[in-house]
Amino acid sequence: MKSLGSIRREFAPWNDPSATPYIVFENVTKRFGDFTAVNNLSLSIYEKEFFALLGASGCGKSTLLRMLAGFDEPTSGRILLDGQDMRGIPPYRRPVNMMFQSYALFPHMTVEANIGFGLKQEGMPRAQIEQRVAEMLKLVKLEQFSKRKPHQLSGGQRQRVALARSVAKRPKVLLLDEPLGALDKKLREETQFELMDLQQSLGLTFVVVTHDQEEAMTMADRIAILDKGEVMQVATPAEVYEAPISRFVAGFVGNVNMFEGTVAARDDDSVRITGASGAEIVVGNAGEAAAGNAVAFAIRPEKIRVSSRRPEGAANAMEGEVYDLAYLGDMTIYHVRLDDGQVVKASALNSSRAVEEALSWNDRAWISFPPDAGVVLTR
Amino acid sequence: MSNLAASADTMNIDAAAARPLASRFLSGLVSRLVIIVPYLWLLVFFLVPFIIVFKISLSQTAIAMPPYVPAFSLEDGISGFFSQLGQMSIDNYLWLTEDALYFNAYVSSIVIAGISTLLTLLVGYPIAYGMARAPANLRPTLLMLVILPFWTSFLIRVYAWIGILKPEGLLNQFLQAIGIIDDPLLIMNTNTAIYIGIVYSYLPFMILPLYAALEKMDYSLIEAAQDLGCPPISAFWKITFPLSLPGVIAGCMLVFIPAVGEFVIPDLLGGSQTLMIGKTLWNEFFNNRDWPVSSAVAVILLLLLIVPIMIFQAAQARAQEQSR
Repeated sequence: MKSLGSIRREFAPWNDPSATPYIVFENVTKRFGDFTAVNNLSLSIYEKEFFALLGASGCGKSTLLRMLAGFDEPTSGRILLDGQDMRGIPPYRRPVNMMFQSYALFPHMTVEANIGFGLKQEGMPRAQIEQRVAEMLKLVKLEQFSKRKPHQLSGGQRQRVALARSVAKRPKVLLLDEPLGALDKKLREETQFELMDLQQSLGLTFVVVTHDQEEAMTMADRIAILDKGEVMQVATPAEVYEAPISRFVAGFVGNVNMFEGTVAARDDDSVRITGASGAEIVVGNAGEAAAGNAVAFAIRPEKIRVSSRRPEGAANAMEGEVYDLAYLGDMTIYHVRLDDGQVVKASALNSSRAVEEALSWNDRAWISFPPDAGVVLTR
Repeated sequence: MSNLAASADTMNIDAAAARPLASRFLSGLVSRLVIIVPYLWLLVFFLVPFIIVFKISLSQTAIAMPPYVPAFSLEDGISGFFSQLGQMSIDNYLWLTEDALYFNAYVSSIVIAGISTLLTLLVGYPIAYGMARAPANLRPTLLMLVILPFWTSFLIRVYAWIGILKPEGLLNQFLQAIGIIDDPLLIMNTNTAIYIGIVYSYLPFMILPLYAALEKMDYSLIEAAQDLGCPPISAFWKITFPLSLPGVIAGCMLVFIPAVGEFVIPDLLGGSQTLMIGKTLWNEFFNNRDWPVSSAVAVILLLLLIVPIMIFQAAQARAQEQSR
């Protein structure tokens, strides 16, 4: 997309047409009785990728993970792993391991025994198991807890045992079901980075299911946004944020302002959009929008400038009234009610200590943005 | 400032200590009473009868009413009490060791109860497992079905088995009708009939604790085991079974303990040659009218059963520790 500045990225096999995906969902449908959890979904995940499945509860993201692990079989369609059709292969023969949302630690076994469980199943010699378990304990910094039972550990420690157990077998793919869901905010942020380091150092393919967009944005190379069992968009975090392809994606990830309207005219890449109240917006990157289309213009709050006077030379400027504002220290969030009644959210970074043009409640204000600050959504 | 704070603190403490002294005493009394009631119950209905039985077991048989001496009476006074105390002895216990009948009856009871418990476990575990894995809306019904037999008298249900198991009974009629056997099976009056009777009668006591243990188990543990390369049968032995052990122990104790002393089932289904301590006790008591010896039999039986009861309690405590 033209308006997107290039983000430097060394790892991007999805842009390489010659790369073969490692995991492929091919027209996968999964029904439970009348309920369609996954609807004709296709998806490719590449080796060593950190891939996030993001969606609200009930969007089918966990079902996808469970089908990959082998706990559920697709009603129709195929799942390929390293080129091999996974249909009919039971979970205990798949080269994937899962970290469960509930952690599912065996309560009657010590931390050591939990981590070594999969290795023992493999028939690995005892000395080697001990060595690998010690390695894993070191990796998750739980060396002194090896003889404890799960109920003697804190939530964060349990999470790390579950993680160590699921990577102990060195699976080709690690599946993580809401891995940080049960942790408190601070621990969650720390653990996000630990997970990323772990993925890097072990060179594994991670598929993580989450409902937390921040978590997905932080950790993943690419994000698939799911709704009602269908993929809405698959893209890098920056693309998902800056170039959403539908109203749903734009609204789901981060804060957004939407202006509904019709394309009045199209000229090369730029379009004029007329809103219901007659207000006009000029956009530089129109995408597929053609004249006469009903579209939405989506713009993130931080791309909107708020000023007390009409800014000179602004491509788009609208007048309104400060309806609400929140000073957060590092930034200020304005809710501006435009004269046509729409409330626009704008955030301004407080980069200088001087408080110029201090706007207050009920002040008249202008919002303005350049032509390429937002995207035109046809869907 | 610290002085001020300190004096304020002491004032608070004084006020707190002085004011509700009476009410605190009262509430302490109430909470103590709550604990006393169950102990009182145990004292009156367990310890006192046991002391009476124990006392009789140290007495001698007599042709009298009651049929033993000494019989303490308030009229004899304290001196009478002490003189009669001298008449008591452990002869009855020694007698139990002299006659092999008793030893054999104890051993045979424990063996029969042990085999029955194992059979009940083998029958009960799959049922409890099936119930725990059944759809959640079906479970109350299944639970109801397990408890349903209790609505009919235990004695009548055991009698009903006579009708089923006797040579011309329902089972033999059925098997002969479909041509599997020519001559009726002789099940009545054998140990097999006792096993059938005990397994049938005590099955709910096995199923309920097993079900409770299996039902609360997190199914994702099995999935985790399979995910780590463990096939389903192996996952059962490594995860499900160890985690259901408290239920297994509870169920086995609930079956084993009453089965050792079981009288009705061996008497009705087992016939004359069956040797079980419950029947021996009955014979001593009602046929021989030897109250002291039968009391001694009862005391030894109790001591024998205290061991499994203590194992049971230790297991319960451990289960509680783990589920915390």
